[in-house]
Amino acid sequence: MKLIINGERQDVSSLTLDALLEELAYDHEFLATARNNELVAAEDRTRCRLAEGDRIEILSPMQGG
Amino acid sequence: MPVLYGTDVSSSLLLGTAQYPSPKVLSDAIKASGSDILTVSLRRESAGSGAGGRFWELIRDLDVRVLPNTAGCHSVKEAVTTAKMARELFGTDWIKLEVIGHHDSLQPDIFALVEAARILHQDGFKVFPYTTEDIIVGEKLLEAGCEVLMPWCAPIGSARGPVNPDALRAYRAHFPGIPLVVDAGLGRPSHAAEVMELGFDAVLLNTAVARAGDPVVMARAFAQAVEAGRLAFEASPLEPRDMAVPSTPVIGMAVFE
Repeated sequence: MKLIINGERQDVSSLTLDALLEELAYDHEFLATARNNELVAAEDRTRCRLAEGDRIEILSPMQGG
Repeated sequence: MPVLYGTDVSSSLLLGTAQYPSPKVLSDAIKASGSDILTVSLRRESAGSGAGGRFWELIRDLDVRVLPNTAGCHSVKEAVTTAKMARELFGTDWIKLEVIGHHDSLQPDIFALVEAARILHQDGFKVFPYTTEDIIVGEKLLEAGCEVLMPWCAPIGSARGPVNPDALRAYRAHFPGIPLVVDAGLGRPSHAAEVMELGFDAVLLNTAVARAGDPVVMARAFAQAVEAGRLAFEASPLEPRDMAVPSTPVIGMAVFE
């Protein structure tokens, strides 16, 4: 399945957002996720089923002013 | 000391965490500043990088409150989604709301700002809006549910200091009792002291400390300036006069002819 992850097209096999983070080897502890412009809370990732062409954002803390 | 959304704040200096030469300098500068509110942000994380986690651990070790921002957002939708992700990530309902209207000036899009503030307030956020010194916009932000206003004093990162002090004075006078934080444009400690003397409750700055030759010393300088400015405001400074007034009493002077 092809997704747009953080702006880049990627071919992945995961069917849920939680599985996707595992597949891509993200550290779950410090992440916020969105699917198609809407927040997906950490507790909802296992239920968040992915579909072809979904746009996924995976963000983490960084310095800011 | 200011009370922001019911929270007593121990320092009137709110500090950004970006652009420091190293994590250690960042940490040392924050400690030197005495600030207990730091602005943070969120950005795309590369798989396996762990950079965000390392930064977050550094901030958590400092035992301060964080104020996440929506820096770089140019639309209501972007800002609202980013705010929700920030709440999830940082575990706070405080949000420094930035909706940028122009790439060069980084001037806020005040129309989108008010709309985003209303949406976020209704969703339970405590919104700290980065705005201009326009009084009517300030009123609209209060109507939208904001309890703090954060007017700029010059463009972000410009280090120009208060370019329109008369407008800031009028802003302060128009919003008695509302916590006001000057956000953006401060370059030197004297700028911070100047706006604090006008009666602002706090200042928020980043570049002026982070990009100084010695950020740790500059953080201390800003902390002292902010305190001096606040004390001066509370002590009711003299207004300027057109004519000279002798400070030494003239009564009782000897007369020599």
